Parts: sequence; structure tokens; C-alpha cells
Amino acid sequence: MSTELKLKELSKKEDLFTHGHRMCAGCGAPIIVKMVLLAAEHPVIAANATGCLEVSSCISEYTAWKIPWIHTAFENAAATISGVETMYRAYKKKGKMDKDVKFIAFGGDGGTYDIGFQSLSGAMERGHDMLYICYDNGAYMNTGIQRSSATPRGADTTTCPAGSVIPGKPQRRKDLTRIMAAHNIPYAAQAAPSHWLDLMKKVRKALSAGGPTFMNIISPCNRGWRSKTDDAIALSRLAVETCYWPLYEVENGETRLTFKPKTKKPLIEFLKPQGRFKHLFAPENEQRLKQLEADIDAEWQRLLKESAG
Amino acid sequence: MKKWHELVPGAVILEGGSAVRFKTGSWRAFKPLWIKENCIQCLFCWMYCPDMSVTVQDGKMTGFDYDYCKGCGICALECPGKKGNKAIIMEEEGK
Amino acid sequence: MQKVVAVTGNEAVANALRQANPDVCAAYPITPATDMMQRFASFVSNGEVDTELILVESEHSSMSACIGASAAGGRVITATSSQGLALMWEMLHIASGDNLPIIMPVVNRALSAPLNIHGDHSDAMGARDTGWIQLWSEDAQEAYDNTIQAFRIGEHLALRLPVMINLDGFIISHSIERMEYLEDKAVEDFIGEFKVVNALLDLDKPKSYGPLILPDLYIEYKRLQHEIMSRVKGVVLDVAEDFEKLSGRKYGLFESYRLEDAEVGLVIMSSAAGTAKDVVDSLRVKGIKAGLLKPRLFRPFPYGEMAASLQNLKAVAVMDRADSFGGYGPVFMEVSSALYGSSKRPALINKIYGLGGRDFLPAHAEETFLELVDIAKGGGIKTIKEYIGVRQ
Repeated sequence: MSTELKLKELSKKEDLFTHGHRMCAGCGAPIIVKMVLLAAEHPVIAANATGCLEVSSCISEYTAWKIPWIHTAFENAAATISGVETMYRAYKKKGKMDKDVKFIAFGGDGGTYDIGFQSLSGAMERGHDMLYICYDNGAYMNTGIQRSSATPRGADTTTCPAGSVIPGKPQRRKDLTRIMAAHNIPYAAQAAPSHWLDLMKKVRKALSAGGPTFMNIISPCNRGWRSKTDDAIALSRLAVETCYWPLYEVENGETRLTFKPKTKKPLIEFLKPQGRFKHLFAPENEQRLKQLEADIDAEWQRLLKESAG
Repeated sequence: MKKWHELVPGAVILEGGSAVRFKTGSWRAFKPLWIKENCIQCLFCWMYCPDMSVTVQDGKMTGFDYDYCKGCGICALECPGKKGNKAIIMEEEGK
Repeated sequence: MQKVVAVTGNEAVANALRQANPDVCAAYPITPATDMMQRFASFVSNGEVDTELILVESEHSSMSACIGASAAGGRVITATSSQGLALMWEMLHIASGDNLPIIMPVVNRALSAPLNIHGDHSDAMGARDTGWIQLWSEDAQEAYDNTIQAFRIGEHLALRLPVMINLDGFIISHSIERMEYLEDKAVEDFIGEFKVVNALLDLDKPKSYGPLILPDLYIEYKRLQHEIMSRVKGVVLDVAEDFEKLSGRKYGLFESYRLEDAEVGLVIMSSAAGTAKDVVDSLRVKGIKAGLLKPRLFRPFPYGEMAASLQNLKAVAVMDRADSFGGYGPVFMEVSSALYGSSKRPALINKIYGLGGRDFLPAHAEETFLELVDIAKGGGIKTIKEYIGVRQ
């Protein structure tokens, strides 16, 4: 039943996340969900943290999900799916379920890095057979672009607006993928929708790891990033090529880059098309821009060391 | 609209994928047009479409589902085309 | 056949949970409920139940996991107290709003601040508007019996509502009492198989739980929830009738104790009701027509039935082991609402007692009854809401 990871073959599979959802035009999240569900080789049951994806995919009597799906609240997608997965094990034990089912939780960066962090950490430690996917658009987009701990330094959001005294977010972003890998789970990875094959391979690895796994996937948001509606994939690609969003995996403790740019593009190529960084190019904010570049470079250098073995 | 006694207790939605009844095509300000002769059937448009609105049959791109396409333009931007000529271009609605 | 045992309330309820053999239990320790879940964990470890245990990292996750498990399609339990219940608050509404029959003993304890681990009703009273059925217990036997009945009530197909079984922290949870256990098989037959409805694990019919509902439908869903709640009383009485056949023990929406011809009465819940019944007896010997009403089903609240039972009294004190600062006690508010519609109604006063585990003594009950006797004679109400047993 395994489908080859070729577009021609994949296009013959049923879309388990349908059109008629109400995400903004050009949003990265539905592209990610589509890729994740296309990659899965078993029936999937999903949980969803409150957020853009959740409110836009299941409204009134309209659900875009053709798989069993549950949303309960904002901070607890991991705990919710761990309950579903546990009932599945109870069914298996009693011989009431013959199929092998996979369990996936989707959360934005707010629901994952911040308010849902404890619930996620707990579920990973308990060892549920589940994949947690964070679609990281770098702010609380659903409530109107407030800063989260995933927001990069210097970005302009509605709660850390670029002003004359404070030029955007003062703090650097949290490195959640490393934190999740530090749970010593069998598999943690970072992916990007521009690199669909890499993303789908990672989903397959995660779902076959037989334990708790985590993927952090960059999810461009043209509303919050103040970019164009057509550039989600282009920006995702630039994020990877500038090493703003390195593609890597940590499998049983071994860190491996899954994509290494031949030449690392300057970070400003990723920043320039985005209105949220526009103020960083004013001469008086040069320092903040340099800090951001230093953050991203330090993360990349450390990753190079860690993956060098 | 349904009356309260016609609702499912717990607000459970019993029909998977019922969102297909909610058409989002009217959101569109720009419309993707397919120029078949420039299409190399790479299917990137299909893979990158956030709205599952690129129609494919037997592994080949056949056009767009304008009932749902929101006109974001990702397909046009990502289209590699043939010899520098795009197989998808965006045109303003109502033109 | 019933087995006479001497056990704590926690042990009794843990045994009821064992006999119900749930599919999934999520647990997080909190005094004084901890010991109940420890005992249940040992049943799991020793293979005495088929349950899968989830040892979560907080009560918020405990209720979240229960909701996930229940929506997946099976029998689900947890237990908590005080701050734990408070941390669950958000999820309590989601359990009931999603129509999920989760069963949860609540070992009632005071809320912080200041920190206090002892028994009062502040925790569950704070959760009275969460859409859960609430049953309250006077002693270990009632806590055990209520837990068994809770599965039949909550899982009833006309309801599918979550149920809290309340028992007083330490006073009931940790005191050893004589009580009777039903046989495992008898309980298994009484509760019956879990009836699966709208299961996420039904892969052939994928469902979505937890949609966004806009103003055009939200109030209709809430109206439906009210409707389902309005069916609870009937189910509670039916289940109690069956339970009496099994156990010989009689339950209703509340217990009336020497109330029929009473002139003065207390409305008092849980363990303190036992103390107050002794005082009723001694006052009756002295010729005072005292009686008592002990609420059992607090949500939904049996307004009509309670009004009918109290309307002929001359004066009634409603005893609250929880407070609403700037308001009357929660039980008082319900009882006075119940009586407002009656053409005849007693004078009503409210006493706040026993907060943070302060003992409720016979003298407190007696003092209150004597005040009621005075009011009944036309002495008038001095203060509607007063604290008893407080150093002045």
C-alpha cells in the first residue's frame, strides 16, 4: 500500500484534507497538512490545537478533514492525542481494532512553543506512539500577529511593534527542535514545504519510529510576514537556503543535515521580501539586524558541528 | 438554519470532508490560467496548491477547480514552464 | 451477596472504579485524591483491570487526555481535588460540551490562597456551571454507591454526560468506615458494557470533534445541552431504583431526614449531614420539630422537588461549605431560587461552615437549629448570611 514518493504517484492518492477550508489565500499550513497526510501510509487520526488551521478547517458543519479529527483547546493537542492513542491501545489489547493507526497532532508555534509546551513535553516523555507537527509561522497569527517565542529577533508584530525606541522583538527565538530532540525521542526533525520530498520522507520516518516524534515545519504566513500571497513556497525555500530554517533530523540522538546549501545565501534575501523586517533596514536599526544575523549564524554553526559527528 | 433539537449532541461533525460544500472561489481577485503547451507536467502546481484546486487525472495536470481556487498565485510563481515560458499565469478577475 | 469491609473513602471509590473496569484512566497526584489513584494504579499493575493508564504531567492534561480517550470511544475515568479541578476548569466545559461521559471522583478540598489541603466544597462548587452532573456523598458507602451509579447515569445514551462524584477530603477520603462492597460480577452486570457512540476510532466514518461554532448556531448548541441536562433527573431516579434492587440501599435526588412534619430544617451536604442528623434526633427528643435535607444531585439542581419538600417548614438554614465572596453560599442561592416560586415558603438563612477542613460539630448544628426555632416563633432574621465556628 506504500505509495512511491513521486508526484505522479502521489497525485493519485485521495486528498484527506479537502478544499473548502477557509485558510487565507496562499497560506503555508494547508500545504503542509496535505503533504503530511499524503506521506502517511496508514490511517491517521489527528488532533489540532486551537489556531488558524483549526478554526479554518472545521467551522459549523463543515470539516475539511476526511480523517477522524479532534480539537479541544489551545494548549493541549499533545495531551488530547495521547488520550486518543491510549484508547487505541486499549482497543488493541482487547482485540477490538485490527488496523494499525497513526496519530498526529498539529499545532501552530503559539500552541507548541508557548502555551502547549508542557503538554507536548509530557506526551513526548510518556512515549506515546504519535507525531507532533508544529507549523511554525513565527507568531500568533490567528489572534492577529502577536509575538511568540518562535518570533525571530527584530520582527515587527502587533505586541512587539517596531517603534522608535524598541525596533521589533528584542529577544531571540526559542530553538524548539533541539529542545524536543533533548527529550531523547527516537526522531525529531525540521522541514519546509518548499522541500516537499524531504518533508514527506521525514513524515514517513517519524511515523514508523514507533514512539513519540516531533517535526517543526516552517509555514509562511503572508498576512503576518507581510509578504505576497504567492510567495509561501519561495520564502520557505529562501528560509532554507539562507540557513534561517535548516533542514535536519535528529534520529536516535544522531544529528544529520538533510540539505546543505552549496553556498549559504545572505539572510537579507529572506528578510527583504517581508514587511515584518522592513524597519531593520533603516540605518538606526542596523544593530538589531546584525543581532538577528548573528543569532541565525550561531544556530547554523552549532548545527554544522553537531551534524559533523 | 437548523433548530436546536436538530443538532448533533456534542457538536460532532459526522460527515468527513463536508467542507467541499463550502466554495471559496469567490475569494479570488486573480485567476490562474493554464497554458497547456508550456506545461511539462511537473505537478509542482498540484503539490504546492494550498486549496487542492489543481485538478489532476491519471497523474497529469488538467486545469483548475475554480470553485475553490482562492487565486493566491503560488502555482504561477512556482511553475517552471517550458524554456522560460510559464504554463500558469495570473489574470485579474473580471477582465 | 455483599461483603462488609472497613475501608477509607478513597479505597472504596478506587474499588468502584476497579469494578467498572474502565478502558482508560488519566491520573495526576493531588492531596487528598492521590491515594485513590495510587490504589487504582496498583490494580493496573497487578492486572486486576484492563485499563490503560496515562500518567500525565498536569490535571489540565489529565482532562485533555480523558477527552481524547473518550472521544476515541470508550470508558474513561480520572480523579482530582481542589487546585487540580481548578486547573482542569477549561477542559471541564469541553468534556460536557463534547457530550463525553467521563467519570471523575472529586475529593473535595479547599482552594488556595491561603494554601489548605483539607476538606471543603469550594472546588466542586466552583465547577457547578461546567455542564457536569454532580453527585455528592455523605460517607464512604455513598461515595462507592454513587461512583457505581455514575457510570450508568453518565453513559446513558440519552445523556452521555460527564459526572463528578464528590466526597469530602480527609473526612471521607481518609477515614476508615464500615461499609459494604457489591460483588464484582454484580457491578459489572449493573453497569454493563460501554456503548460506543461517535468514536474517533471508527475509521470508516471519520468524525470531527470540536468545531468552531459561530453566533448563528452557538446558542442552539447550548440550548441542546440544557435539554440533555434536563433528562438527568429521570435517569438518576431510574438508576437509583435499579441500584436499590441490587444493594438494598435507597437513593433519590436528595435525602429527606425527618422532614415531613418538620418546622425547622437544615439543608446540608456531604459528611456534615451525618453530624447534623444526630442533632435532629436529639432535638426531636426535646420536642423540637427538626428535620434535614441532604442534597445528592446538585447539578442539575432539582428545584421543584426541593421546593415541595421545604415549602411547609417555618425556617430553614442552608449550610454552605463553600463561599461566594460578595454573594450568598452556592447551595443557598439554589435553595432560595427553588423556593421563590412557591406560594408558601420558610424563612431562609445561610451559614458558611467548615471551610478549609474546620470541624463541623454537633454544637454548630444545634446552635443553628435554635436560631431557626427563634425565627420560626417570629423572632425575625438577624443576618441572612453568617459564618459559624469562627473566632470573633
